[in-house]
Amino acid sequence: MPETIAFLEPKPSVLARRHQIVEDLTDILPPGCLISEKRGLVPFETDAFIAYRQVPLAVALPETTAQVAAVLKYCSRYGIPVVPRGAGTSLSGGAIPQSDAVVIGLSKMSGILDIDFANRTATVQAGVTNINISEAVSADGFFYAPDPSSQLACTIGGNIGMNSGGAHCLKYGVTTNNLLGVKMVLFDGTVIELGGKALDAPGYDLLGLVCGSEGQLGIVTEATVRLLAKPEGSRPVLFGFMSSEEAGACVAEVIGSGIIPVAIEFMDKPAIGICEAFAQAGYPMDVEALLIVEVEGSEAEMEAMLASIIEIARRHGVATIRESQSAAQAALIWKGRKSAFGATGRIADYICMDGTVPLSQLSHVLKKTAEIIDGYGLRVANVFHAGDGNMHPLILYNINDPEDAARAEAAGNDILKLCVDAGGCLTGEHGVGIEKRDLMLHQFTQVDLNQQMAARAAFDPQWIMNPSKVFPLEGRPAA
Amino acid sequence: MQTNFTPEQLTDPHVAESEGILRKCVHCGFCTATCPTYVTLGNELDSPRGRIYLIKDMLENGRPADEEVVTHIDRCLSCLACMTTCPSGVNYMHLVDHARVHIEQTYKRPLKDRLVRNVLAAVLPYPSRFRLALRAARLGRPFAAVMKRVPFLKTFGVMLDLAPKDIAPTSPASVPGVRAAQAEKRGRVAILTGCAQPVLKPGINEATIRLLTRLGVEVAVPQGEGCCGALVHHMGREEQALSAARHNVDVWTKAADEGGLDAIIITASGCGTTIKDYGHMLRLDPAYAEKAARVSALAKDVTEYLATLDLPRQEPKEIIVAYHSACSMQHGQKITMAPKVLLRNAGFTVRDPAEGHLCCGSAGTYNILQPDISATLKARKVKNIEATKADIIATGNIGCITQIATGTAMPILHTVELLDWAYGGEKPAGILPSP
Repeated sequence: MPETIAFLEPKPSVLARRHQIVEDLTDILPPGCLISEKRGLVPFETDAFIAYRQVPLAVALPETTAQVAAVLKYCSRYGIPVVPRGAGTSLSGGAIPQSDAVVIGLSKMSGILDIDFANRTATVQAGVTNINISEAVSADGFFYAPDPSSQLACTIGGNIGMNSGGAHCLKYGVTTNNLLGVKMVLFDGTVIELGGKALDAPGYDLLGLVCGSEGQLGIVTEATVRLLAKPEGSRPVLFGFMSSEEAGACVAEVIGSGIIPVAIEFMDKPAIGICEAFAQAGYPMDVEALLIVEVEGSEAEMEAMLASIIEIARRHGVATIRESQSAAQAALIWKGRKSAFGATGRIADYICMDGTVPLSQLSHVLKKTAEIIDGYGLRVANVFHAGDGNMHPLILYNINDPEDAARAEAAGNDILKLCVDAGGCLTGEHGVGIEKRDLMLHQFTQVDLNQQMAARAAFDPQWIMNPSKVFPLEGRPAA
Repeated sequence: MQTNFTPEQLTDPHVAESEGILRKCVHCGFCTATCPTYVTLGNELDSPRGRIYLIKDMLENGRPADEEVVTHIDRCLSCLACMTTCPSGVNYMHLVDHARVHIEQTYKRPLKDRLVRNVLAAVLPYPSRFRLALRAARLGRPFAAVMKRVPFLKTFGVMLDLAPKDIAPTSPASVPGVRAAQAEKRGRVAILTGCAQPVLKPGINEATIRLLTRLGVEVAVPQGEGCCGALVHHMGREEQALSAARHNVDVWTKAADEGGLDAIIITASGCGTTIKDYGHMLRLDPAYAEKAARVSALAKDVTEYLATLDLPRQEPKEIIVAYHSACSMQHGQKITMAPKVLLRNAGFTVRDPAEGHLCCGSAGTYNILQPDISATLKARKVKNIEATKADIIATGNIGCITQIATGTAMPILHTVELLDWAYGGEKPAGILPSP
C-alpha cells in the first residue's frame, strides 16, 4: 500500500529515550504486562485496517485503572504519544500505533463488575467484549443492544471510542444511546467519572462528547451501559430483488412509511456469495440484492409488521421472500451477515468503507459507487445497514500489488466524497481513524474543525492521545 | 494480509503453503475472542492473530525461531477454536504445524524442555513403555507434591499427578485379529487401538468392539498398527510423525485391500484429527500421497460412523449427561451434533456446558508442558460442567477424560461406553446407580 496517509513525524526526543522509557514502564507495570522486544511488538503494528502499519515503541497491558493512570501520568510527563487499543478490530485504523507511541491495551481488563437488573444496567471493564455483556445477562432475559458485526471480539472500550453501531441499532440506537457512564483516565493520569446509572446526568453532556472521541480525550477503563429486556420473539426475513436499485428504493419506502423494524441489512450479489460460503445460511443465490429484515415482538406484532413490509416490497418487485424457519436458521442468517467482512478474505483483500447517506439517496449512491469502482477497474461487494443508510462498500483488491492498492484507496476516497456530497457523512460507525482523517475537510470547514480541536485540547492540551488520528495534520494548532 | 516472500522462498512448498494461508487472513481479530489462551492471558501475542503475525514475521525473514516466538507458539493448545471462528477460512492448523517444524529445526530448547520432550516422545506413543512408566509413577507419586515445588522438577511432578492410580492389564481389545459381527453383517471396519488410551482406559475400545459387533459390524484389529503420530507432530518432530503416519497407512491399506473397509474407527478424537490429516501430511511423498488420502477419507470418529447405522430410539433413562465436546471433535473434525443426537436417541438427557468452545486444557501433552494455563482452563471447564448439574460427563477423547477427571468428582465416560450400555451392554463401571 502506498503510504499516502502520513503519520505524525516521530518525536526524536522520545525515540532517543526508548531504552529508558521501557525500563521505567517495566517498573510501573506488574510482570508480564509490558511488551518491548521488537518481535513481540510487530503483531501490534496494525488493527483490522491492514493497509497501514507502524510498529509501536512499547505495548502496555495494564490490569487496573490505577496502572492505566500510572502509565498515562508517566507518558504525559515526557510527552510520549499514547495509542489506546481494545481488541484491535478497528476498520479505520483507530488502533494503529505510531513508532514513538506506547500502546495501552485494555485486553487484560475484561471483567464484569456489576449487574443491576433493578436499574437495568451493567458496569464492566473496558476490555470486556461486546457480546460478553449480552451473554452475561441473557439467561435473565436481558441484552445489550448495540451489536457491531465484530461484537464477538470487539471491546466495549473500543465501541465507546468509535461510537459503534451495528445491525440492530436501527431500532435501539448506537453506543451513545446505550451508554450511561464511564470511568476514564485523562492524559495526565487523572481519573474522572462521567454519567452514572441514569439516562441523563446533570451539567454538560460530556459523556456524549467522550463517546466517539477515538481515544483522544482519555482512556475509558470502566463503562456502565443500559440493559434491555429481550423481545418476546424475533424473526429475520430474506427479501431478494433483481436489482440493487429496487432493494434500495424498498428500504427508503419502508422507513419513509414510519415502519421501524429492528434491522434492515443489505447484501448485493457478491456479498451474498461470500456470506453463504461461510455460513450456509440458505440465502437466495439467484438474486442481485438481498435485504435481511428482522421484526420482533409478539407473534401478532411480527405478523402485522411483516405484512406491511411485504406489501411495500411487492411494489418494488421483490423476487423472493424467505422467512427463517427456526432459531438455528435465524442464527445462521445473522452469523453470515456478521462475518461478511472477514469472510471476504476468502476471495480478496478489501478496504471497508463506512459512509452514511440519506435513504432517499441510497439507490443513487449505490449506482454511482458501482460506476466509480468500474472506473478504477476494481470489484466491490456491498453489505451494510440499509435501514439507517450506513453503507459499507467493500473494495476488493490485491494488497500485494501496490498499484492495485493505490487504486483501491483512491476509489475509497471518491466513494466517501460521494456520500458527503449526497448529503451524508464520512463515517457511520467505524470512526475517522487514520483512514478518513484527510477527508475531514470535505465534511467540515476549518472553522468547524478548529472548534472540535479546541474541545479536544481541553482534555489533552499536550496532544499525546492517539495524535495521528481524526484531524488532518495541516491546520492543527501549533504545538 | 500483505506478505513479503521472495520467489526463492516460495520454491519451498511448505513456505508456499504458509504464504497461501497468510494471504487469507484479513486481521479481523474474530479469532482472539474464542482463543482459550487469549481469554486467559489477555495478550494478543497469545492469540491466533498474534501468533499468525509472529509466524509470518519469522518465516518472511527466514529467521531461526527465538525465545519470544517459541514462548507464544508453545502456549498454543492447537485446539483450533480459531478455525471454527475464522470467517475467511485461514488454515491455522497447517500454519502452526509448519511453525512448529521450523522451531524444532532452528531452535535449541533449554535442557529441561529437551529432556521432558524427549521423555514424552519416547514413552507415550508406545503402550509397553507407557505402562512401565505408569508403574514407576506409582512409586514416585508420594514425591509429586515436593517435585512440583522445585522448578526443574515441576513438570515431572505434574506427570505423576496425571498418572492413574490403577493400571489395567493389557486389554483383549488390543490383540490383533477379526471380531465377527454378532448380528446380520452390515459393515466391516478397522479400529485404531491407539497408544495411550488402551493403557489408561482399555474399556473404551472394548465397549466399541462390543457395540459394533452387536450391531452387525465386523471389526478388524490390524496387526502392527501404532501411534497415529499426533503427539510428536504437535512437537514439530516431523520425520517421526510422518514415519508413524506411513506405518499406519501401510497397515490400514493392507487391511482395506484384504477384507475391504467401510471405515477406520477412531475412538480418540485427538487421533482422528491427525489421521484425517494424513492426506495432507504426506501430500509431498509420491509413494504415499494417494494411499494416505484414502486412509484419511476412511477415518471416522466412532460417533460419526454410528450415526450412519440408524440406531433405534431407546426408552428415556432419567440420566442427565453433560456432553463435553473435545476440541479435536468440534474444531478439528467439525463433529458437533452426532454424539449428542446418539446420546439423546439412546435415552439420555443431554446438556451443553457453557463456553463449550473453550478447551479443557488437556490438549495432548499440553497439561504436562504448560501446567499453569492448563490448570486455569481445567478449573473453568469443570465449573461450567458442574453448573449443568448433570449426573455424568460424556466426551470423545481420552485426553479430556484424564484432564477433567482430575478436577471433579463427577463420573466421566467416553460417549461410546454409554451407547454400549444403552444398546445391550453392561452398565459401565464408575456410573452412578441409576434409579
